[in-house]
Parts: sequence; C-alpha cells; structure tokens
Amino acid sequence: MRALTWHGKHNVQVDTVPDPQIVNPRDAIIKITATAICGSDLHLYDSMIPGMSNGDILGHEFMGEVVEVGRGNTSLKKGDRVVVPFVIACGQCFFCERSMPAACDNSNPADKADATEIAYGQSVAGLFGYSHLTGGFAGGQAEYARVPYSDYGPIKIPDGIEDEKVLFLSDIYPTGWMAAENAQIQPGDTVAVWGCGPVGLFAIKSAVLQGAGRVIAIDHHPNRLALAKANGAEVLNYHEVKVREALLEMTAGLGPDSCIDAVGMESHGFSPDNVIDAIKQETKLGTDRPHVLRETIMAVRKGGTVSVPGVYGGVADKWPVGAFMEKGLTLKTGQTHVQRYLPQLLQLVLDGKIDTTDLISHRLPLEQAPEGYKNFKENQNEWTKVVLRPH
Amino acid sequence: MSHSEVSTDAEVGATAFTNSDQREGEYEASSLRAVMINRPRQALYAFWRDFRNLPTFMENVKSVEILDADRSQWAIAGPAGAEFDLVSTITEDIPGERIAWSSSEGSDVDHEGWVAFKDNPFGRGTEVRVFISYDPPGGVVGKIVAKVMQREPRIQARRELRRFKQLMETGEISTSKAPDAAPRASRHF
Repeated sequence: MRALTWHGKHNVQVDTVPDPQIVNPRDAIIKITATAICGSDLHLYDSMIPGMSNGDILGHEFMGEVVEVGRGNTSLKKGDRVVVPFVIACGQCFFCERSMPAACDNSNPADKADATEIAYGQSVAGLFGYSHLTGGFAGGQAEYARVPYSDYGPIKIPDGIEDEKVLFLSDIYPTGWMAAENAQIQPGDTVAVWGCGPVGLFAIKSAVLQGAGRVIAIDHHPNRLALAKANGAEVLNYHEVKVREALLEMTAGLGPDSCIDAVGMESHGFSPDNVIDAIKQETKLGTDRPHVLRETIMAVRKGGTVSVPGVYGGVADKWPVGAFMEKGLTLKTGQTHVQRYLPQLLQLVLDGKIDTTDLISHRLPLEQAPEGYKNFKENQNEWTKVVLRPH
Repeated sequence: MSHSEVSTDAEVGATAFTNSDQREGEYEASSLRAVMINRPRQALYAFWRDFRNLPTFMENVKSVEILDADRSQWAIAGPAGAEFDLVSTITEDIPGERIAWSSSEGSDVDHEGWVAFKDNPFGRGTEVRVFISYDPPGGVVGKIVAKVMQREPRIQARRELRRFKQLMETGEISTSKAPDAAPRASRHF
C-alpha cells in the first residue's frame, strides 16, 4: 500500500510499504477513506518529538471502512464505517475502566513502554503514528491501517453522513471539547484561547456550547482569527496588541476565568522568553517552548483554571510557579480521552449543533501529503486544515 | 534468604517501603517488581502455576516441559543467540497466593524466583510481585552482553510483567512489530 512516511526533519515522503495484517484477536484492518494532518504532526515534522525512526508511517486522524476483523472481535464486521480514536486503549485496565483511555496501561508494547516509564515516571498509552515513545504504531496517513482493540475504540458512523463531518471525532474535536471541559466553564465565564489552529477552533466552539459568556481568541494569522470570530469569539492579534494588557482591559482588571493553551511546545513570537527557549531548543539545552503556558498562568484571574490541550514532551524552565500558587490556580491537561466523548460528540454532529468542516482549507490526494505538510507548516494563515484522501 | 513479602501498605509504626525491602537474591543479578492487575487473584495464580504458560509472556523462556508435579525443564535464550537449559523445582506453592521455584543442581543457569498475589485492599485489583535472581551465564562478560542485548534481568522482568498484565487483562499482548503489526517504509526494516 501507499503511506506517508517520516525520514527526518522536514522530510516526509509517500512510499510503498507492506500491507498491515491482523496480528491480535481484537484487531481490525481499516481501509482509510479520509485522514487529516494534525497540528501535532508538525511537532514530528519539525523533529521536536524524540523516538521517531526513519520510515515510520505518520497520521493519527483517520476513518474508513472495516475490511477485516480478528477472531476475537465481535462488535465490528466487514463493511462497517468507523472513525478511529488517535488514542489506542484496551478498555479493560484500571484507567480505561475509569474512563481515562488516554492513560491506558496496556496499549504501549512492553519493550516500547520502557522509554516513557523512565522519562515520565510511568509509561503512557499507545498512539497511532506518533513516535516509538507512544508505541511505535503505524499511522493512518495510508491506504490501510491495523487498529488494535478495535472492539473498544472505533465508533460506527451511520450511512448518509459524509466523512468530513465526522473525521475530526478522531482527535481535534474531542480534544477541543475536553480542553473546554478542563477549563471548568461556568455559565457566563470569560474564556481566553491561545492558538486558533484546529484544536483552538474546536475549543472555541466547545466553550460556546458549554456555556461560556465570552470567548477571546489569540493568534497572529488573520485568516485563523477570522475563523475564530465566525465561531463567536472576540479576537486579539498579538502582533498588534499586548495580550495581557488587552485581557485585563476587556475584563475590567479581573482577568479571564479560564485560559486554554492550544499551542503547546512550539510557540511562535519574539517575546524575550520565547526567543531564549527557541535557542535552547535548537542547541538541545531545552526541549519545550512554554511561552503560552506562562502567559495563560499570568493572564488568568485569581482562582481560575488553566487548561492545556497543547502538546508538551520534555522539560521546561522559568515556569511561573509563584503565580500558579499565589493566585490559587487549577491546571488541567492531558492527551484526550477520546473514547469517553465519542457518542455525545457524534450526536451533536447528527443534530446539526456543531459545524466540524469550516476549518478545512485543503483537500489533497495522499500522494500530495508532503506538499500538505510543507504548506501547513509554512503557510499557516491560509492552510488551516488539510484532509487527505488515500483512495 | 528471606521470603517475607515487600509491603507497600502504610502500617502504623512502620514506613511503607524501606531500603531493606530492596533485598538481594542468592545470585548475582536480581530484580523485584510489582504490578497491579485488574483480574481476580485466583485466575492470575492459576495461569502462572501452569509453567507451560510462561513462554507466552517471558520472551527469553523459549519452552517449558513439565517433568513431574514439582519439576519442569526450561529452555532459556541467553545473550547473542546462546541457549541454556535449566531444571526448575517448585519450592513453595500456596494456592492463590504464592509460587517459588529454584533451579536444580546441574542446570546451565543457577536461578531462583517467586511470584506473590495479593488482593488490593481498596478494590484496585490484584497486587502481583515477582522476584527473579540468577547468575548470568558467561560471568561478567555475559552480564555486559546481556545488558547490551536487553536481556538484563531488570529489563526482562519489567517487560515480562507488562506482558503478563496485558495478557491477563486484555487477552492479548500489545505489539507494533514490523512489518505485519506496524508496516514501515520497506528499506528501513
């Protein structure tokens, strides 16, 4: 089959690779009808996440048709249309039973799990196409994918609803939704969202649906800010205003009740802290650029909540722990517990309560995926979301 | 050596875990590791007690042949493709709670181990603790080779326990082995 593979920094190619096989009883093989490039794929493209190997297949947002099921799988059958969560989870461990599939104890293979047990204290769950730290599983920017524990993760999609309306159930829609939930929004709250990429946009949509009185979105790409505005947010361009001052002015000195960091480890901008972090990243003295994490903690009101859907991977310094403690803040974060949210979020789509397609700017065949990566990275203003069609 | 179990329960008047809990085995290389498994204690004990099941989750145990009620013959993969035989005798067997074994004289590898199963008092599953101790074949050089080959006992033990947990909780062992389980660009196998 054909698949998008990683060969080093800013080097992805479409290669011919072997077809995936059923290996375990609960596996399924999915023929992929639609898949997307995620903002977090750019962290891999930029070589910011360790544990990548030359030849790895990328992609963790995908859906398609079941073409083969293992003998231990009684819930899926050939021909079913499914969206596959980017988190691989068993459904039976301590964490899955408590609806925390992103903390699954079993999906990361025994040999691969060593790395994050050492780096993070406990090993993390397996993810599709996201380095060998998270299991070394082949991703979904391909014609076919093997889906482990396929009787637990994938959600069946009724006929008659097009792929693009449900594809983002795989990651960015539940990720934005959980980001808003983690922000602990009360009716009438002001919620500030840093980053108007796909996750930020879904966080804005979700914050509105969850009862926020006011959503303020922060970015520097005019087109992304326009999308945020169309979804009900007031917008701040950090190239034009000092964000913290603007937020204080807009909230009459109170500060936003909740702040969401939908940026993560590769902040843009030329603030002094971010420039120093960028140098540390380049010289391998540091791994993450937590400019936005710092900003959210400084901007949020006393007793407020900071929610972090943005991806971080290593260590960072100059973390404003004093502001965090003295202001009495709550910080909530984590990879998305996708499986937890799927039925309710699919229902919102079926009921027409959320538009999941307005952020799609480009639709490409799989063969043009490298062009998609390059532009999603370099032309972020126009390239807001890329959907690939492998068949 | 002592067979007392490590406790991580906070008992009044005793610290939960002390350095003396990290005790040495009789042999040079040893490892103790605990894991919580979300399955009943009796089921875990029964699977482990049938030593023919060990190769399903112990990567370096290639095969086990049962000789009689207490004795079994194990074929072990050593560093750099070497194979070793040992005859293991069960020295303690408390149904549902504990199994201990050690190698008989004349085995290629001197080895002892035990596994203990205990209900977590707060309903979180079964606490499984495994202790493995052996003299690495090939002495000091063998130990270094074993580490490089990732057959060092502590690496082995943590992976074996993860596989045991996966198998018991989910019925299968998670894998991303190329090419079948996780295809990759073919020139990079």
